[in-house]
Amino acid sequence: MRAHFAKSLPMTVELAGNSPALPDTAAGPLIHPLWVRVTHWINAFAMLLMIGSGWQIYDASPLFNVIYFPRHLALGEWLAGALLWHFAAMWLLVVNGIAYVTLGIATGRFRRKLFPIRFGEVIRDLGAALRGRLAHDDLAIYNAVQRLLYLGVILAGIVIVLSGLSIWKPVQFKWLTVIFGGYDTARYVHFFAMASIVGFLTVHVALSLIVPKSLRAMIFGR
Amino acid sequence: MSRPRQPVKGVDPNLLISDAAKLLPWPSRRLFLRGATSLGALAMLTGCDIIDGPTSENALRVVSNFNDWVQARLFSETALAPTFPESAITRPFPFNAYYAQDEAPDIDGDNYKLEIGGLVDNKKPWTLDELNKLPEVSQITRLVCVEGWSAIGSWQGVRLSDFLKLIGADTKAKYVWFQCAEGYSNTIDMPSALHPQTQLTLKFDRKTLPQAYGFPIKIRIPTKLGFKNPKYVTAMWVQNNDAGGYWENQGYNWFSGL
Repeated sequence: MRAHFAKSLPMTVELAGNSPALPDTAAGPLIHPLWVRVTHWINAFAMLLMIGSGWQIYDASPLFNVIYFPRHLALGEWLAGALLWHFAAMWLLVVNGIAYVTLGIATGRFRRKLFPIRFGEVIRDLGAALRGRLAHDDLAIYNAVQRLLYLGVILAGIVIVLSGLSIWKPVQFKWLTVIFGGYDTARYVHFFAMASIVGFLTVHVALSLIVPKSLRAMIFGR
Repeated sequence: MSRPRQPVKGVDPNLLISDAAKLLPWPSRRLFLRGATSLGALAMLTGCDIIDGPTSENALRVVSNFNDWVQARLFSETALAPTFPESAITRPFPFNAYYAQDEAPDIDGDNYKLEIGGLVDNKKPWTLDELNKLPEVSQITRLVCVEGWSAIGSWQGVRLSDFLKLIGADTKAKYVWFQCAEGYSNTIDMPSALHPQTQLTLKFDRKTLPQAYGFPIKIRIPTKLGFKNPKYVTAMWVQNNDAGGYWENQGYNWFSGL
């Protein structure tokens, strides 16, 4: 009954989660353990702060003439405010990210959920997804496209943190700046890592709305 | 910034406010977090009360002070900023300030004297001739602006640590404060002042420092963001109190190390 509603009702109803329905959702196997859900939502919050403030910082010295972020979408009101947000939220992002990646490796979750990624399966599942025929019968098992995207966004997260560090500290961590091709190139790396993550987020949020039970699993675990 | 600020000596505060007002979206620096429809407000979910309010701003200042502490510990007295060949120099090197180039201070070099004060044995003012006779060091380094862009320049002058020793400065003091002709000011930490690449700069590209780049004196600190490299310097004080600075007082991070 609950699952049937989830397909037809708007997101807000699903999010509000009427308490009488909770016992129903508590049934079934645990899909996402508590540490995954906690780090996921802390990360979502930190990334919104980092992206919003990052857009404002970008506007102070744009890399591309045609790309400019409207002030009402950005965070911090002007450069100094945006920098304060960016260099505060970075601690949340990095501490939470280290906890997530450490637990993901230590518990074997990354290995179980994200591997193997086979090229043929990615092509097959991508085709099925584009035709709207990709099944989500078992949320505990990621299809090949999900595996590739989740692994990709974790790697993009690592790249965006390290390239950001190399822009922030090009003297104290100059070896890191060299790895990213020098200070000016590191800014482009940082930008494209952001663009990749925003691209991922667009697809990720859209699909979680199309398949609301996946959103419910990331909130309640089941 | 919650650390106590001393009023900046010799600066008309009204002038500073009018300068800042040209740049800032709001006439007061305390309003920089306004922006209720931003992504951040979305993240906050509760909307503009938290994001606009003094609670959020004070929390950000506490984190910024923490970041000062972190950066002071990351700072290494021996880690040198990368240096470049002459061919890498950015030409033309950009003029950058909060005012137009034709508004830059026009200082008479013949009558100029660098004022020295604070915890220093010999407070004799220095003429440009006297400064130019001191041993010269040279560097080709990258200037990184807080806005994100960077430019490589060639600077010559006196190593600041040598100059501080020459005038008998108390290098155990916490800060060095610089006053500039147009009302700009900067306070830097003593370890950065004593860094081997920190330079009391008299020349750009081996020629007398042009007006656009800070004539007669720029303090070149390749381990700090550009706004921590004051130009048109008229006075230097060694002291234990943090006198703040033009941009730092408006919300830029105080240490701003690279």
